[in-house]
Amino acid sequence: MDPLDLFAAAEVSADRTLSVLDVTRRARQLIESGMGPVWVQGEVSNFKSYRSGHWYFTLRDAQAQIRCIMWRSDAQRVRTPPADGLQVFVEGRPTVWEERGEFRLTVKRLLPTAAEGAWELELQRAREALERDGLLDPARKRPLPAFPTRIAVVTSPDGAALRDMVSVIGRRWPLVELLVCPTRVQGETAPAELCRALANADRLSDVDLVIVGRGGGSRTDLWAFNREDVARGVAAVRVPTISAVGHETDVTLTDLVADVRAATPSAAGEAAVPDAADVREQVERFAVGLSNGLRSRTRLGAERLARTDDRLGVAMQGLLQRGDGALGQLGRALDALSPLAVLGRGYAVARGPDGALLRSRRQFERAMPFELTVADGQVPARVREDA
Amino acid sequence: MTEQSPSFGEELARLEEIVRRLENPEMDLDEALTLFEEGVGRLRTARARLAEAELTVKRVLEEADGTLGTGDVDD
Repeated sequence: MDPLDLFAAAEVSADRTLSVLDVTRRARQLIESGMGPVWVQGEVSNFKSYRSGHWYFTLRDAQAQIRCIMWRSDAQRVRTPPADGLQVFVEGRPTVWEERGEFRLTVKRLLPTAAEGAWELELQRAREALERDGLLDPARKRPLPAFPTRIAVVTSPDGAALRDMVSVIGRRWPLVELLVCPTRVQGETAPAELCRALANADRLSDVDLVIVGRGGGSRTDLWAFNREDVARGVAAVRVPTISAVGHETDVTLTDLVADVRAATPSAAGEAAVPDAADVREQVERFAVGLSNGLRSRTRLGAERLARTDDRLGVAMQGLLQRGDGALGQLGRALDALSPLAVLGRGYAVARGPDGALLRSRRQFERAMPFELTVADGQVPARVREDA
Repeated sequence: MTEQSPSFGEELARLEEIVRRLENPEMDLDEALTLFEEGVGRLRTARARLAEAELTVKRVLEEADGTLGTGDVDD
């Protein structure tokens, strides 16, 4: 963009004179392209909330002041309007209001400087650092194991969170071992303890899932889960992770870094393991599939035998048909099923002198000895001389 | 559950494969019988594991030398 040179413009000719709007517009363009969004700390004064929902105020410190506007859509997200005299952090874009030639700040976010604002700034910084390192990349998310066998739980050993997880997992899928890595989840020492417990969870052998979390609490209580070092600790775990910090509205940094975010510890338990009722159903479907598979296979054998008219074939067909009636009950009595039990229902297996299965009439020679295996043992047999 | 036993997922995957192979009408009778027998065995194991399982909860303890052990959760 050309540098602004008003005198040069005035000296030349009337057609090169700028309109007032030209100037304020160019000033706005210069400022907006030259200064990105900024965080500013200052004191609120002349606060006014209009019926439209937009907020107007001045932000000042000992040396200077700047007019601010906060549009309704952004103002709505601030819990309470700031009172005059309140120290705040604001995030906004410097701009020029063209119609009035007034320099001002369009505020997107406003936070009281006490605790909340300072944390929010730190959170933003930590989040940006994690983002730069690619730790928030959705492509990093790994699927959870379908049937975990050892789950490490990083949480307080006395908390409701652990009780909830134990209860949900015990009810849904008790085929796992839960290894609790104890840590404080709030207070001064919580971040360091969480990092240590996460590292320990990662050192345990054969762990296929790590859950880190705590029950609900105030934003202050959940603060450790917004720490950059704790988030990096979660990201470093080599197996899939679930972050379960008990809150519905706020998302913590550990939630963003973990492979799966659960809104509560109970939800983490549900995400971590399958439901045994579903798995039982699946197992029973396989049971039916097994019995159907064998039944159709033996029917096929019977049909092949029926195409022969030799007496041995007819005899065996009789055996198979009797067996087939029994097979009809397979669905109900699967537990009793094994090849031996199939024999008990009337099948016989014929083996030649060398022990090989005899499956074709061509394998039988006149007067050949063979052995029939029935449910309770072997019967020596011989093909008839006149066969 | 011992460390050597296949995971439940592996057990189910094998059962599924057995059922699928038994559906093939071209399969040899003795192969079908062998598969069926294996399937029934795995079915029994799976049912028993589902029926008998009891959740174990242990507490991980860090020894002074940095090694990890486990103990009762109520310690």
